[in-house]
Amino acid sequence: MNNIRELSKDESSGMTIIVKTISRLVLSFILLFGFYIILYGHITPGGGFAGGVILSISYVLLMLAFGSKVALAKLSNFWASMLDNLGALAFIVIGFLGLTGGYFMTNFIWHGHPGQLISAGIIPLCNIAIAIKVSAALYAIFIGLSIYGRIVTEEEK
Amino acid sequence: MNHILPLLVGIPLGMSVINLILSKASKRISDVIAPLAVLAVAVLSFYLLGTETTAYWMGGWYPPFGITLLYDGLTSLLLIVVNTVAFLAIFYSISYMEKYTSKPKFYSLFLLMLAGMNGVVITGDLFNMFVFLEIASIASYALVGFGVEHEELEASFKYLILGSFASTMILLGIALTYAMTGTVNMADAATMLQSIPASKTMAFAAGAFIMGFALKSGLVPFHAWLPDAHPSAPAPVSAMLSGVLIKAIGVYAMLRVIFNVLGPTAINLNIMVVLGALSMAVGGFLALGQNDMKRMLAYSSISQIGYIVMAFGLGTHLGFIAGLFHLFNHAAFKSLLFLSSGAIEHATGTKDLRRLGGLSGKLPVTTTTTIAGALSISGVPPFNGFFSKLLIIIACVSAGRWFLAALAATISVVTLIYFFKMMRFSLFGELPAKLQKIREVPFPMAFSLIALSVICLAVGIAYFVGPTFSELFLEPGANVLLDGLKNNAANYISSVLGG
Amino acid sequence: MGGTSSLYIMNMALMGMGIYALIAKRHIIKKIIGVVIMEYAINLFLILLGYKTDGIAPIQDSSINAAQLAVRAVDPLPQALVLTSIVIGLGTLALMAAQAIKLYEKYKTFDMSEINRLRG
Repeated sequence: MNNIRELSKDESSGMTIIVKTISRLVLSFILLFGFYIILYGHITPGGGFAGGVILSISYVLLMLAFGSKVALAKLSNFWASMLDNLGALAFIVIGFLGLTGGYFMTNFIWHGHPGQLISAGIIPLCNIAIAIKVSAALYAIFIGLSIYGRIVTEEEK
Repeated sequence: MNHILPLLVGIPLGMSVINLILSKASKRISDVIAPLAVLAVAVLSFYLLGTETTAYWMGGWYPPFGITLLYDGLTSLLLIVVNTVAFLAIFYSISYMEKYTSKPKFYSLFLLMLAGMNGVVITGDLFNMFVFLEIASIASYALVGFGVEHEELEASFKYLILGSFASTMILLGIALTYAMTGTVNMADAATMLQSIPASKTMAFAAGAFIMGFALKSGLVPFHAWLPDAHPSAPAPVSAMLSGVLIKAIGVYAMLRVIFNVLGPTAINLNIMVVLGALSMAVGGFLALGQNDMKRMLAYSSISQIGYIVMAFGLGTHLGFIAGLFHLFNHAAFKSLLFLSSGAIEHATGTKDLRRLGGLSGKLPVTTTTTIAGALSISGVPPFNGFFSKLLIIIACVSAGRWFLAALAATISVVTLIYFFKMMRFSLFGELPAKLQKIREVPFPMAFSLIALSVICLAVGIAYFVGPTFSELFLEPGANVLLDGLKNNAANYISSVLGG
Repeated sequence: MGGTSSLYIMNMALMGMGIYALIAKRHIIKKIIGVVIMEYAINLFLILLGYKTDGIAPIQDSSINAAQLAVRAVDPLPQALVLTSIVIGLGTLALMAAQAIKLYEKYKTFDMSEINRLRG
């Protein structure tokens, strides 16, 4: 797809130019905030789930404002479900790696100092895995529901 | 410390994800890896048989702070039942599920459901049990609606609404238990509850728990979803739902919570007896009038679950043995019957008894296995159902409950009648003209059917011949329940907290 | 305790509202909303169990010792439980929404009393 600035002038798909312009400005900040929530999940409120929801919201916003074609060109249905599976797999693999520390899900990495960014062992890694899983899954659910809904309403017409 | 316990959940959970990734490359792969994963879990659960009671601390966090997994006699029986039936059902679905699109998704949901059930069985933590219970339930809602046709969707939606209500009730029970004890570890909660006097809050919590689990296991008067959901699902899923799901997340969870956490007070046990007897009678009589083969089997499941719950509610050692034995047997013959009905549907395209008949000449394997299942469930010696029903009746008599014994005997006659009806209308009689060209089912389906029939016969003979079967499978489970009944679950608590 | 107990009563009222919507309403979407309200009432109940007036976050650092923390900090466990329960609720909700769409596609109605092919 082309530059997002050009897309916002294209009136054939998506919402009005006002919505498109605002979303274009806000999108990157939402994405950034999502990453912040994920990476600081182990020392501040938040974490993988909350951050993942925020990440998926940025894609949902893209889809609502610019239409499904633009959003699907950025992250297709296939890759959404692939990332969904890979995130879940990463979490399970982290759990099994914990067996090296003696138990399933053991926190086997160096714990670091409390309150610093690099600390808490596997918890940030788990947060990242969960975030990938949740963001991709929510986006895939949104794609699924919106496409199904459209098929149903088009059949009625 | 036994590292196999987390694998019982980890393997199906991991493989369900890996299956989805690999199936994007080739759809044939999932036909291999999904049954292999279930086979691995089944082998592990047999390997664990006979090991002593062990607790496993997830992540090395000792109880009551971390999540504890526990392996004891009751767990061992349930693991074997769940995973054996799961393997045969998934092997069967290799050819049965051909007619559905997106078979890999079916395998993944199936593995998720299995992971949830194994999790419910091995966990020692109330909230963790709720989470696994929801994993199993959500996967089963989706599996019931897998055909996405009118009936499937309707049944699935009803099941979903009532299932969510049940889950909410269970969560309410857990929240109230947490409010009273300040812990969600089962053993720790049991210790705390024994040290505080009985309160109205805990009575309410017990009511919420029993209502939730009764809804999940389809006991009358909470059975409305079951006769819709179980017949609408694809046959292997029906076999899993009726054969093991309602036991693992309904009966087993109810037993754990009542016997190990809340304490088996007279009221709790009597509620179990009443619910069981009611389900037994109502389910049996409603099954008589059905013309849809799978619907009849679903009502029969309600009736047989009633037998099981009633036997546990008697609160005697013999009752526990009888209940566990019938639970084991019901898993074998009900999944066999559902798989057989699926085979008949696969061959003929219908499950309506009025349009079937005379299949014995055309489908020799399916006919044999259907007869084996029907004879087992209606309690004809030497099949396994005879011994467990006999044990239940003897347990009722020795507990002094003559009425229940008479009721159980009557309902087993009713069971015999409706299974004769089923056999008469499907297997014998005249073959309709439309069904002249039907063929016997392919190898994977036939293999599962024969394996389950052999289990039905072999278990009956093994029980009759010597005490080995009972000592290996039933006694350890009954001892766990007896420990909860007589001993305030002292062994359970010490094996979790002291281990 | 007056404030807290009225909160519990309102919580029970919320739960009752969910059950009412679940039982009395025939519209599928309203039933779904009933289930969600009920789940959230339980979540709120769990959060209330851990609530303390003027409580602090359950993190120990140099400014507070363990005994003071135990008195003043809110209970962290219900929050973890509720987060999990919200995620489960999200999964159930997504499945319910998908089923509602599919049911509408097949039956052309959202009225549960007209969706009645299964009987007996």
